Amino acid sequence: MNEDSKMPDMSVEIAGVKWKNPVTVASGTFGSGIEYADFVDLNGLGAVTTKGVATYPWEGNDTIRVAETTGGMLNAIGLQNPGMETFIERDIPFLNKYDTVKIVNVVGKTLEEYVEAVKMLSGQPVDMLEINISCPNVKEGGIAFGQDPKAAAEVTRAVKEVSEKPVIMKLSPNVTSIQKMAGAVEEAGADAVSLINTLTGMKIDIQKKTFLLANKTGGLSGPAIKPVAVRMVYEVAQAVNIPIIGMGGICCAEDAIEFMLAGATAVSVGTANFHNPKVTIEIVEGIKKYLLDNNIENVNDLIGAVR
Amino acid sequence: MLYHENVSVIRNESLTNDIYDMRFRSRDISAAAKPGQFINVYCNDSSRLLPRPISICEVNGEEIRIVYRVAGKGTKELSGIRPGEKINVTGPAGNGYDVDMINQTYSSVMLFGGGVGIPPMVELSKRLKIKTDVFLGYRDCLFLNEDFCDDANIHIATEDGSAGTRGNVLDALKASGVDADLICACGPLPMLRAIKKYAEESGKKAYYSMEERMACGVGACLGCVCKTVEKDGHSKVNNTRVCADGPVFDASAIII
Ligand SMILES: Cc1cc2nc3c(=O)[nH]c(=O)nc-3n(C[C@H](O)[C@H](O)[C@H](O)COP(=O)(O)OP(=O)(O)OC[C@H]3O[C@@H](n4cnc5c(N)ncnc54)[C@H](O)[C@@H]3O)c2cc1C
Ligand SMILES: Cc1cc2nc3c(=O)[nH]c(=O)nc-3n(C[C@H](O)[C@H](O)[C@H](O)COP(=O)(O)O)c2cc1C
Ligand code: FES
Repeated sequence: MNEDSKMPDMSVEIAGVKWKNPVTVASGTFGSGIEYADFVDLNGLGAVTTKGVATYPWEGNDTIRVAETTGGMLNAIGLQNPGMETFIERDIPFLNKYDTVKIVNVVGKTLEEYVEAVKMLSGQPVDMLEINISCPNVKEGGIAFGQDPKAAAEVTRAVKEVSEKPVIMKLSPNVTSIQKMAGAVEEAGADAVSLINTLTGMKIDIQKKTFLLANKTGGLSGPAIKPVAVRMVYEVAQAVNIPIIGMGGICCAEDAIEFMLAGATAVSVGTANFHNPKVTIEIVEGIKKYLLDNNIENVNDLIGAVR
Repeated sequence: MLYHENVSVIRNESLTNDIYDMRFRSRDISAAAKPGQFINVYCNDSSRLLPRPISICEVNGEEIRIVYRVAGKGTKELSGIRPGEKINVTGPAGNGYDVDMINQTYSSVMLFGGGVGIPPMVELSKRLKIKTDVFLGYRDCLFLNEDFCDDANIHIATEDGSAGTRGNVLDALKASGVDADLICACGPLPMLRAIKKYAEESGKKAYYSMEERMACGVGACLGCVCKTVEKDGHSKVNNTRVCADGPVFDASAIII
């Protein structure tokens, strides 16, 4: 018997872009993949999502920038990045050696900076853009756009106008209604949404009687936030018709499958890379095994199956 | 090249009441390891997600030795691992010392190690072929002082005066009257600052190992940066990744 004929179809499609499987990495946890290429064959991932990049280099926040918490971590990197010029010269050619979908995460401090960054990417061999309007660690821009449906819609519209590539809007969980935010960016033309970014948190050093992070607050990520993220993916799936890329605490195939059943078309793996640098590929294999074990021929059958 | 492996612990014993000595075997990591590099040690309790960076203390054949202080929950867990049990590690991480360059460029060196900054100096001293003086600073109990290569002159300082010079490594240096062309140092920030000052005043070249909180431990997350004098080639801003571009830096390039 031909073994291959039994292999389930792992491919998904988001805004006309075909991924070979539904697994990517969460922006900021994987660089542009360069540092993880020792551990993971990037060809095996559905997509690589890069660290947020802006028009010019950003210094980021002072240290301490990261702190472990029970089942999670706080980060306040502050979107340090080398700027678009270096990104185009160094990171895009690296990614181009691999047969995977390339998603560039874009940040800006003003509407104009988002637009400019997207313009700088025109003509570049990347497949999709993810617009980060949800970083809790920078004062200007970022989160300011991500907590107000009107502002989020405005960025979406402006970016869509200049982008040659499908646009994914990355949503913050630090809002009263994530459904309203998702609805607003869908109406403004977003091709997809990704969620969740980190939840604002704080840790205090009781010996030094001060904040552990130099930024005082940081974004909470990792398995500790997973139930919140699954709930939000489910809510957004009920509210919009565009595809969802789900993330927040995914550590294994079972976690990824939960997100897909809640309504995600694809998933991103973030903090789990820090605990196991090979975890992404293990998740791809684990999803395949789940489909085989359950006689499911197509991974798309999972999407939103729980209502 | 970095390797992520599930390794068997060969030995894990206490050297003092809170310092432990662990050995594990890894062909790839030991073959690639340089002094000054470190191992990301992962906790088996996955509620503790982040790797613990621990310096390579010695490489013997395929065996890696790490020596660590029980500082918090992760190292506490590590201290309970018994021989035969397995842990996940990634390494060898970071840049480490360019031993060939040092052997070719300098005729004598002073190594300074303070507390758990001592372990990386053991392997470094083994690979250096030039005249070596080692200054070790302790709170009270000594460890690793007998593990340096026979050719190295060992000078000890203790805070409580129970062994060697009372005070810190610079007090021990003063007491010894030693001089050398190059300084390599690893230890707490106040010690590094004092050594940096001494190096500047005496016009000596110095390298030191930086410590910073890490998340990925492999250069991807930008969690572990320290400030640089010049714009960094990788980041394009005035900071650099301790885990990937360090932990060993030219003292004149880093702001501490
Ligand atoms: C490059 C490098 C090499 C090191 N080499 C050694 C060594 O050879 N021997 C040794 O005993 N110690 C070494 N350390 C310090 C060691 O990493 C910490 O003591 C250890 O991470 C504490 O973990 P914990 O779970 O016990 O403490 P917790 O306080 O419970 O740790 C909580 C979190 O903070 C981090 N953290 C806490 N203290 C430090 C610290 N001082 N530096 C960096 N991260 C910290 C932990 O990694 C963890 O993510 C080194 C640190 C660095 C950066
Ligand atoms: C260290 C770190 C850096 C991050 N940087 C970015 C970023 O540059 N852009 C972005 O959109 N999200 C960033 N995030 C958020 C993640 O992409 C993701 O949304 C979040 O961490 C939840 O997923 P996880 O629990 O799997 O990590 C970062 C997260 C971490 C932990
Ligand atoms: S710890 Fe992630 S870049 Fe150094």
